[in-house]
Amino acid sequence: MSMEPISLTRRDFVSKEAVRWCPGCGDYAILAQMQRVMPELGVAREKIVFISGIGCASRFPYYMNTYGFHTIHGRAPAVATGLRLARPDLSVWVVTGDGDALSIGGNHLIQTLRRNLDIKILLFNNRVYGLTKGQFSPTAQKGMRTKSSPDGTVARPFHTLALALGAEATFVARTVDTEVQHLQEMIRRMANHKGTSLLEIYQNCPVFNDGAFEDLKDRKLKSDHLLVLEQGQTLRYGAKQERVIKLNPMEARLFAGKVGEDDGGVEVVHNERAADPTLATLLSRLEGPEFPTPIGVLRAVEEPTFEEQTHALAEAQRTRLGKGSLGELLFGGERWDVS
Amino acid sequence: MERASNSEGAGSGSKPVPAVEELESVVIRFVGDSGDGMQLTGAEFTRAAALGGNDLATYPDFPAEIRAPAGSLAGVSGFQLQFASGAIFTAGDAPDVLVVMNPAALKTNLAALEPGGMLLLDAGAFKPKNLELAGYEQSPLDDGSLANYRLVSVDFSKQVATALQGSGLSTKEVQRTRNFFVLGLLFWLYQRPTKPEIDAIRRRFVRRAEIADANIKVFEIGYHFGETAELFQTRYRVPSAKLAKGHYRNVTGNEATALGIVAAGQLAGRPVFYASYPITPASEILHNLAGLVRYGVTVFQAEDEIAAVTSAIGASFGGSIAVTGTSGPGFVLKQEGIGLAVATELPLVIINVQRAGPSTGMPTKPEQADLLLTLFGRNSESPVAVLAPATPVECFEMTIEAVRLATEHMCPVVLLSDGSLANGSEPWLLPDLAELKPMRLVYRTDPEGFAPYLRNPETLARPWALPGTPGLEHRIGGLEKEDVSGSVSYDPINHEHMVRTRQAKVDRIARGLPPAEVFGGEEGGLLLVGWGGTYGALHEATRTLRAEGCAVSHLHLRYLNPLQSNVGEILKAFEQVLVAELNCGQLSMLLRDRFLVDAKRLNKVQGQPFQVREIVSAARALLPKGVLRELRA
Ligand SMILES: Cc1ncc(C[n+]2csc(CCOP(=O)(O)OP(=O)(O)O)c2C)c(N)n1
Ligand code: SF4
Ligand SMILES: [Mg+2]
Repeated sequence: MSMEPISLTRRDFVSKEAVRWCPGCGDYAILAQMQRVMPELGVAREKIVFISGIGCASRFPYYMNTYGFHTIHGRAPAVATGLRLARPDLSVWVVTGDGDALSIGGNHLIQTLRRNLDIKILLFNNRVYGLTKGQFSPTAQKGMRTKSSPDGTVARPFHTLALALGAEATFVARTVDTEVQHLQEMIRRMANHKGTSLLEIYQNCPVFNDGAFEDLKDRKLKSDHLLVLEQGQTLRYGAKQERVIKLNPMEARLFAGKVGEDDGGVEVVHNERAADPTLATLLSRLEGPEFPTPIGVLRAVEEPTFEEQTHALAEAQRTRLGKGSLGELLFGGERWDVS
Repeated sequence: MERASNSEGAGSGSKPVPAVEELESVVIRFVGDSGDGMQLTGAEFTRAAALGGNDLATYPDFPAEIRAPAGSLAGVSGFQLQFASGAIFTAGDAPDVLVVMNPAALKTNLAALEPGGMLLLDAGAFKPKNLELAGYEQSPLDDGSLANYRLVSVDFSKQVATALQGSGLSTKEVQRTRNFFVLGLLFWLYQRPTKPEIDAIRRRFVRRAEIADANIKVFEIGYHFGETAELFQTRYRVPSAKLAKGHYRNVTGNEATALGIVAAGQLAGRPVFYASYPITPASEILHNLAGLVRYGVTVFQAEDEIAAVTSAIGASFGGSIAVTGTSGPGFVLKQEGIGLAVATELPLVIINVQRAGPSTGMPTKPEQADLLLTLFGRNSESPVAVLAPATPVECFEMTIEAVRLATEHMCPVVLLSDGSLANGSEPWLLPDLAELKPMRLVYRTDPEGFAPYLRNPETLARPWALPGTPGLEHRIGGLEKEDVSGSVSYDPINHEHMVRTRQAKVDRIARGLPPAEVFGGEEGGLLLVGWGGTYGALHEATRTLRAEGCAVSHLHLRYLNPLQSNVGEILKAFEQVLVAELNCGQLSMLLRDRFLVDAKRLNKVQGQPFQVREIVSAARALLPKGVLRELRA
């Protein structure tokens, strides 16, 4: 990291490549917020790398004037793993879609989260395959009719964040493409997290799945459908904060109730730093119509990263045996001489 | 032991001393159950031969199952070793001595032993249950079926049980030492000093002193048994070979490959990244490197081969010498990733330790059937450079060469090893460190005039511009790029230009390669052509035929893509060409297409290496009948 204060502006992060998303695509908003937040992070532009897979979302790196790598479908977390292991001095970001991350690349995603490398993963979830023109994805709501499911899908969708928490990811968060301030805040938070961070961004695809998140965006509906998580706060929502998510302690489940009503439930205080991911997991499963959708940081805990532990082992080996030389490498083992 | 004490005048000096016969070379094959420690026994004898200054070659042949049911045919594990006082190139066609630990091992290996060969077996293992598992209705020890061999039948089990009475070890642990008994016996038979072996056993079992003691005791008893039991009329001496002066160590191909990877990093003064997903027979490369991380090698055991290759690509983007190793099925999984390295023009070394297939096939058995996959197994025109070491020792230098070419030419390079190279071992005359050329890996740092696909006019390589370099921020990816600028482009003419440029870049590697060398005559007669791990058999066959006066020469290709510039000329200088491969004719197909030569084929796909005699007889069949051609000087 450079020692001098870095003064960059949004424009410094805009590349010359023409942006090629459909008009009205949620990806534009995300790109704009990223370009806005980047200058604040104090990281030199050349130290930032965006790595993506394949999909509409994955075109993202071309538009950021940083280092970028548009790789192959589903493999961005693996490419990022190699880069981060080799170059811990870099700030490594992954941009991926719901198909890219959860279908073809599902294993790389969970393995990366499990290992906890310092990689920042932005998962643009539009619940559809955009680039291939509208087939259902692993986050498509059950029954969704698409070109490849004219009579509706039969499998249930992944709860993306529950999956991440199942891998005990150290940073798990969600936001919505149109929640500009919130989106910016989430980007800042993940930039400052040491370890793998996953931010799921609900992103509208006006062409193939328009309005998928309408309840979360509509001015009137929003307050009843969005639960904004804040550290140390109870889980209240609704136009007058009159509604609340409570815990039924006997059954270890959450339910939607009213503030002050005696319904046997207890109000829980949100703690993103809880070591145990259980409560975060309960939150990650909340969805409409019965529940509001939580956005914000579900989990943010500190754990040693994969790369620092890996390099520490190498360092320990060096301390024990020396850093080695070509001569030692070849001649060090069992050998004999012919004279 | 009983025999010894019964013989008259058991006191010292009065026993008949066996004669000593000198031999040029001996082939021993150890066969037993997977649990019988045959690989270890073979490796220990190999060490003794190496320390005794013999030339040697080994061929381990083991089942894929870790422990198939004890005593079953599927569980038989073998290790063949040839050691000699002259130069040798293979582990030998057929054993002179077959060491057999149980009936299943006899059943599966007896056919390899020539009549008159020595059969040293553990009579104690020929019990009804083992005989039944091996499918013997009657014990071959009793039915006269072994009459054609020099049978030496000893009850190893009883010997070790007696020797270790009161040692406190369980019956199972005691029986596990049988292999050291037979090792001791062979040490006596071939006059090898016991001290280095005893030291080696101590080192090996350093954490279990009681096991070390037991093995040493049994090893010594085996040795003395040879002396006292009067089983052998003769002891043998295989004098040391006239090896070139210098320092030696014994290496397998996989060890040499791992050392080559580390050495490349040392020679370049750059970090190395190795990513792999475990697979037979490539895993030893991963294991070896895991112990060498202090040399600046980052070792990553990935979740699968796709992650292995793509993480290596990520590391390469970051400036590391990036290597990923695997075998057949894993190599297939890597193809899309390799295509990405082709398109992004990043240096990458992919090691494929080939095994017999298709699908899971026969994981522990060698084959050379991935050549066409390597060249053509990706979507579209996707050229890579391809190298193939010919011997276990060559794995070292060819790995370094792969790194050199990948980084100089900014392209993926595939190193095709195989199961017999990977596990086979031979003495390695260690290189003079001063002869190992330092490697210059150049990273672009100058922003002036930079473009991601700006090309070196000579090699056509693009610059290696690492993230972290101010002023070089750029984006790469699998989408087609406009040459020089690197912008995404669907322009038809640009695409054709890029396709041809990527090909030309690989083709131009040939300009810097040394010419291919032929062993034997320069022209006329028959040219044997091979590649990879069949070198030893082809070379020995050529020497045999030439010794008989046949005009036979041998060309062994280390560079399969691009071919060295003089290969076409060489092929055309011979009246006949015979391409010998452990596949159904992949290299011969390439050579016929490329040079329009009427190359004949010798193909074997049994999951076994070539035997020298197979090549000799195939070559003889092509030579004009009844005429032994004069050698042209
Ligand atoms: C190996 C491979 N299989 C299939 C494809 C085709 N493909 C490209 S993008 C995509 C799905 C993208 O969906 P998602 O990740 O949700 O991204 P979005 O386009 O919705 O942003 C598919 C199936 C491909 N490029 N590579
Ligand atoms: S298809 Fe959908 S996701 Fe893709 S660019 Fe168009 S609007 Fe955006
Ligand atoms: Mg999508």
